[in-house]
Amino acid sequence: MNGNFGIEVRGLSKSFGKTKALKNVSLAVEKGSIFGLIGPDGAGKSTLFRILTTLYLPDSGEAFVSGLHCVKNYKEIRKRVGYMPGRFSLYQDLTVEENLSFYASVFKTTVKENYHLIKDIYQQIEPFKNRRAGNLSGGMKQKLALSCALVHKPEVLFLDEPTTGVDAVSRKEFWDMLKELKNSGITILVSTPYMDEAMLCDRTGFIQNGAVLKTGIPESIIDDFQGEMFSVTTSKPQETVKLLSEELGDNTVFRFGSELHIYGNPSMEIFLKAFKESHPGLNLEIQNTRPGIEDCFIQLMNSNNES
Amino acid sequence: MRSFWAFVKKEFYHIFRDRRTLLILFGIPVAQILIFGFVVTNELKDMRIAFLDHSNDEVTHEIREKIIASGFFINDAILESTNQIEPAFKKGNIRQVVVFEDHFQQKLNREGKAAVQIITDASDANTASQLVNYTSAIIMQYVNEINAGKALPMTIHTEARMFYNESLKGVYLFVPGTIVLILMLISAIMTSISITREKEMGTMETLLVSPLKPAQIILGKVMPYMLLALVNAIPIALLGYFIFGLPIQGSIVLLALESLLFITLALALGILFSTIAPNQMVAMFASMIGLLLPTLILSGFIFPLENMPQWLQIFSYILPPRWFLTIIKNIMLKGAGLEFVWRETLILAGMTIVLFTVSIKKFKIRLQ
Repeated sequence: MNGNFGIEVRGLSKSFGKTKALKNVSLAVEKGSIFGLIGPDGAGKSTLFRILTTLYLPDSGEAFVSGLHCVKNYKEIRKRVGYMPGRFSLYQDLTVEENLSFYASVFKTTVKENYHLIKDIYQQIEPFKNRRAGNLSGGMKQKLALSCALVHKPEVLFLDEPTTGVDAVSRKEFWDMLKELKNSGITILVSTPYMDEAMLCDRTGFIQNGAVLKTGIPESIIDDFQGEMFSVTTSKPQETVKLLSEELGDNTVFRFGSELHIYGNPSMEIFLKAFKESHPGLNLEIQNTRPGIEDCFIQLMNSNNES
Repeated sequence: MRSFWAFVKKEFYHIFRDRRTLLILFGIPVAQILIFGFVVTNELKDMRIAFLDHSNDEVTHEIREKIIASGFFINDAILESTNQIEPAFKKGNIRQVVVFEDHFQQKLNREGKAAVQIITDASDANTASQLVNYTSAIIMQYVNEINAGKALPMTIHTEARMFYNESLKGVYLFVPGTIVLILMLISAIMTSISITREKEMGTMETLLVSPLKPAQIILGKVMPYMLLALVNAIPIALLGYFIFGLPIQGSIVLLALESLLFITLALALGILFSTIAPNQMVAMFASMIGLLLPTLILSGFIFPLENMPQWLQIFSYILPPRWFLTIIKNIMLKGAGLEFVWRETLILAGMTIVLFTVSIKKFKIRLQ
């Protein structure tokens, strides 16, 4: 156990019946930093969150939150962490204000005492403070849930898919708020199915089928990209994907909007140029570019699926 | 402590904002009592009775007229002798025989007192006790009328005899039974639902990741329902009093305290169900089937316990309604004080403590 870590996970495994939800997961989150856990639905993100918030017992391995053992010191952990579950879990029949002051009282504090911490977030929903939580929009619900998870000034904040189902503007606002919170010294573990959000974290980890495939600083994960990435723009993306996949096989051509990403070794460039020559009608533009974090995760996923 | 009160406040918000909860809490008990009330008031019309008048004088004729004029009774026969009473009942037409002693008027005038005997077919015990009540009330009213303005009051002594069920054992008295049933169901169902609802809505997840202790969560859930169930018991008792003419002979304070004890016990039972049940439906059915049937059948509410086979009687010992029914009957009908029901009270208190301890122990501090 290292004193610099807000969260430390060592060899954690957890099964539900025959399903292995977590396989030997290890990771560490430095105090006062944001760690983003990226992974598709069913990857095991929520299971990991529930073990760390002391709601599940691990089958094997150990985990520490704020230096406290997740099983032995569960009572102490529960006082010190803020948890926002993946599912909206506030009282829908209570108003915004009632929810907030209820959670404040439960943690033996008041909204007033820690108002500075939630001010930026809460101000946005304060005009609706007399509205029942069940009648809020998705983005506002998440802001309220975050306020409730923060109102007792937690040392570590667990946010399970806080931006799922939230519009793009609110998502950006949400991440801005997380940065603010990090600057006030709170350790944040956040999970998301959106790969682009990984770039907004200090460190990120990719989880799939219960195993964490890679963790690191987003930039260094990009540096570790194997081979070359070619970005292809075209006027007929659908047709191009079809034609290229026939030539290169599945799982090599990926579409990002109107842009196609193709992973391969340097010789791929020669092939693509030849392909461009033979298909002038597609208006291809080929560029050898630096991959994004999404490309790295896709590559990780593919190699994990193959092995 | 402050977090506990915040929890209680939150529970009240839930209750008052959910129409379904309010309906179960306040609508059903009133409906139930009224249905029973309706059935029973219907029953007490045109009851066939007979008179055996050994005196056949002015006063007895007047009393007979008064009784018939009340509208509850129909004069079916005038009997000639005591020997005819038994066969008259056996024929099954009449429910009651009113017997006047001989020289009724003379005794009343000279000695200031005379006696009437009310003999009732008590095989239908509930009706029987009401017949007696009604008849005595009519006679008492008559006595009050003739006593008006007289220096020496006259009394007519009424003596009730229950045929076929002398001591009125195993009376199926509906009001106390219904009170027990309602308190039991409301309390148990409401708490078990309200805890499983937290599980279903996912709010239990956030409650667990907080400094709240299991005992705080459980007591916070119990407290509001305890108050509401007690408030609920008042209209039930009032309806019983006015519709059934059911007297509350004993101390109302004692009755309230005993009810509170029983409510607490039922709530603890509901909590226990909810710690085991995975969702609201299961919790609801478990409390309905697990509590409704035993309360109806095995508490002495409908079927007299004395007539049951030995093993069922032993089984009934573990059912809280059985003990509470004894307490409530004793207090309401016989006017008994704590000295007569302390044993039952202790048993209920013991059960409550055990149930709460088990619920708190069983309460899952994690999601699994």
